[in-house]
Amino acid sequence: MSIVFYLLAALTVAGGLAAVLLKNTVHCALALTVAFAGLALLFLNLDAQFAGFAQILVYIGAVAILVVFAILLTRGSETPKDGVFSRSWLAGLAIAAAVFAVLGWALLQSARVLPHETAVPTVTVQQIGVALVGRYVLPLEIVGMLLTAALIGAVIVAMHEKVEHEKEGSK
Amino acid sequence: MQEAISSIPQLAVSPIAEILWLIPAVPIVAAGLSALLKQSGRNTSATLAIGSLSFSLLLSLVAFAHVFSDWTAGIATHEIVNFTWMQFGASNVDLGWVLDPLSAIMLVMVSFVGLLIFIYSTGYMKHDENFTRFFCFMSLFAGAMLGVVIANSLLLLFMCWEIVGLTSYLLIGFWYQKPSAAAAAKKAFLTTRIGDVFFLLGIVWLFAQTGTLLFYNNGAGSIESASLSVLLTQPAALGLTAAGAIGLLIFAGAAGKSGQFPLHVWLPDAMEGPTPVSALIHAATMVAAGVFLIARVYPLMAAGALVGGTTMALTVVTWVGAFTAVFAALIAVAQNDIKRILAYSTVSQLGYMMAGLGMGGVAVGIFHLITHAFFKALLFLGAGSVIHGCHEEQNIRRMGGLKSDMPLTFLTYAIGMLALCGFPLLFSGFWSKDGILEAAQHWSMAKAPFYMLVFGALLTAFYMTRQMVYVFGGHWRGGKPAQESPAVMIVPLGILAFFAMALGFIGTPAWPWFSAILDGNAANLDLNALIEPGLLTLMAISTVMVFLGIGWAWWFYGDRSPKPTVPDALEKAAPIAWSWLSHKFYVDEFYGVTVIAFYGWWSRVSDWLDRWIWGGVVAGVAWAFSLGARLNRFLDNNIVDGGFDKGCEELTVGGGLLSRMQTGRVQTYLRILALAVVVLAAILIWSYKT
Amino acid sequence: MTPLTGYLLVAALLFSIGLAGALTRRNAILVLIGIELMLNAANLNLIAFWRYGPHPEALTGMMFAIFSIAVAAAEAAVGLGLVIQIHRHAKTTDLDQMNRMKG
Repeated sequence: MSIVFYLLAALTVAGGLAAVLLKNTVHCALALTVAFAGLALLFLNLDAQFAGFAQILVYIGAVAILVVFAILLTRGSETPKDGVFSRSWLAGLAIAAAVFAVLGWALLQSARVLPHETAVPTVTVQQIGVALVGRYVLPLEIVGMLLTAALIGAVIVAMHEKVEHEKEGSK
Repeated sequence: MQEAISSIPQLAVSPIAEILWLIPAVPIVAAGLSALLKQSGRNTSATLAIGSLSFSLLLSLVAFAHVFSDWTAGIATHEIVNFTWMQFGASNVDLGWVLDPLSAIMLVMVSFVGLLIFIYSTGYMKHDENFTRFFCFMSLFAGAMLGVVIANSLLLLFMCWEIVGLTSYLLIGFWYQKPSAAAAAKKAFLTTRIGDVFFLLGIVWLFAQTGTLLFYNNGAGSIESASLSVLLTQPAALGLTAAGAIGLLIFAGAAGKSGQFPLHVWLPDAMEGPTPVSALIHAATMVAAGVFLIARVYPLMAAGALVGGTTMALTVVTWVGAFTAVFAALIAVAQNDIKRILAYSTVSQLGYMMAGLGMGGVAVGIFHLITHAFFKALLFLGAGSVIHGCHEEQNIRRMGGLKSDMPLTFLTYAIGMLALCGFPLLFSGFWSKDGILEAAQHWSMAKAPFYMLVFGALLTAFYMTRQMVYVFGGHWRGGKPAQESPAVMIVPLGILAFFAMALGFIGTPAWPWFSAILDGNAANLDLNALIEPGLLTLMAISTVMVFLGIGWAWWFYGDRSPKPTVPDALEKAAPIAWSWLSHKFYVDEFYGVTVIAFYGWWSRVSDWLDRWIWGGVVAGVAWAFSLGARLNRFLDNNIVDGGFDKGCEELTVGGGLLSRMQTGRVQTYLRILALAVVVLAAILIWSYKT
Repeated sequence: MTPLTGYLLVAALLFSIGLAGALTRRNAILVLIGIELMLNAANLNLIAFWRYGPHPEALTGMMFAIFSIAVAAAEAAVGLGLVIQIHRHAKTTDLDQMNRMKG
């Protein structure tokens, strides 16, 4: 376990923690971005260069921006008086802790059967492209449809809000 | 009625004996028909009653003629017809009738006197609206009395005895709207009932010991020698044999019916009934039934007597009879109601009859019974005529001078009175009473009954003279003037008066025809028997007593006519004695304080028991039931219903709880999802581990 | 501890953090942020297993992760669009107040 791993892990986890703990929602979104970045670097560390760059492109480049936009668009009532956490936050925390406990337990139980060091795989983009249109052509097309549907759906949702906004404005 | 002739051996019986059962049956049937008539059927009911009794009289005369002809031929008639009434298991209950001199004489007397009284009643009861009911009851009585007379079975006798008692109750309480009449009827019934309880005990005991209740059954009857020897060997209490004890029990029944002390209290009160009833039932016949009963079971009473001696049973009969004779005569001296005097006189004379039976045997007692029936009926009917003529007045203090106002009644009444007193020679009472006195004189046990009976004769003369003087002597002290009664009432009086005189002659010592026919001996006219010294002395004594009594009463009362408000002459002379006598020796009051009071106390105790103990038990059971019902309701409401309701409530609460899980908040659902994942993962890993 | 275990632990931790955020924050957008974190953790898991598992040349893990990224992006877009719509309607993004579906 190299030092790089620990650093990157710490970064990611810190970013994740910040994302869920900070009061200011924009700060949360930015922390999320840091977490995404950390993850991308972790991917790179794992010799999954394509996945890492895809992560950067998609998550940081699109999803994080989307989140920020959404936050900015829904800034009507900022920082509710009761605090940012729900009334029964302890229950949620406990459940999350339980989940982590179960996962950790499963991990540590089966640590013996997990393989050790293996050879570094060499993955080229060409191989990925060939796999995409070869073996995974069906998922590819479906994902394409999914993305189209999502796009159209989001547009419809966004468009309707305009019409209703005008209706509500005229009342 | 099953004619099981084959099971009971029968000797050849005469035709009249075969149809003897018609004599009581016809009047009873007439009574039944009378009961169906409406109040307007007066003539029909009277015709039925008189017609049926005439028929019975005819048959009785035929029976008597048969007995008489047998006697002249030297045969003692003793014809029996028995039949089996019920069979249970191996034993039978037999009934039957007997024709012998005793039955024949009694049959003639009852039906003849009864017929005369019926005819008299058509006049006496003419203005009464319940005429039809009267004759219905009278017919029933006549039939039952005739049944008592011919019964050969103690059971049949008892049944007819009870019917006689019933009709007595019905007739005493004939005017039931009067409270005194209703009370008198009840008193009569209850008092005779006490006697009847002992009688029934005697019957049961006799049946238990001898196995039969027939009197005569060709040697197997209960009072025939075979049974008597069985009874004599059985010891009972107080040194008596079974025969003696049964005899005493039967005498208790007779004492109740015949008004002997201490069960005499009902007879004077029975005068509440109409006068013909008093004449027939409480003078001539029913009260004589007790005497007749003793005569009928005489072999039982006399069983075991030593030669020249007597039995315990007959001794008791004698003493009770003698005591009653004097006791009642004393009370009669101080009475002011014309019928009460006669009632106490009847009680006294019944005592004479009992004493005669006890000391002298059947013939002596029954002779006096027959003569007494005639002259006592005569006296009562005469009293009825007086009451009728004085417009329903009954107090002798308010009568007087009827000698001239009602001469025929006076004449016949005088004959009856002289017969009762025992006026010498011409009157039947003299001969019959002398028969008793003669038996008393020669009684082996004691001489006291003789002196008591002689004293009683003195008193009889005294009170009868007193009554005559008050009623017929002096001048009229009442309200409206009196008038003579119609012929339909006078004619029977005349006929009875004739017999009151004539009957004496069949029983004189010179010609003892009566005792001869009863005992089955020959009787010859023998005037020399009259002048036997002992007999002459006796006749002299009784004559002296009669004149003494009459003279003494005349000296007290004479021809004076004291007003009703003035005290009686005897009362002035001996006030304390008078008070005791006029209050009847306070016997009724004594009973009231002891027996009645005890009974009242006992009924209160029983009522308390009933209300608190038995009623308490019932109430307790009811309370337990209601408790059970309440418990049930409690269970039902609270446990069953409650349980059910609670269950539904819990369901509702549970539903409420469940619905609270649907918070509508996304994060709640998410949490539950995560939790489920945790649980499932844990299970999965655990199962993979093992 | 093998490297794989390390990566898997990090992935598990990240997943739990994301879950905690999704379960405890009031703001709907932050719930989505939490969900994104969870998805990313799953991706890390996949890549780790691809790298250290048998037959990495089959590219299964990598492909799975790439598709997951694509789907996550689409879902994020639609989800945020919905959140914006809800905000228009209810004037708030507070999840504690959205209990119209209460039973």
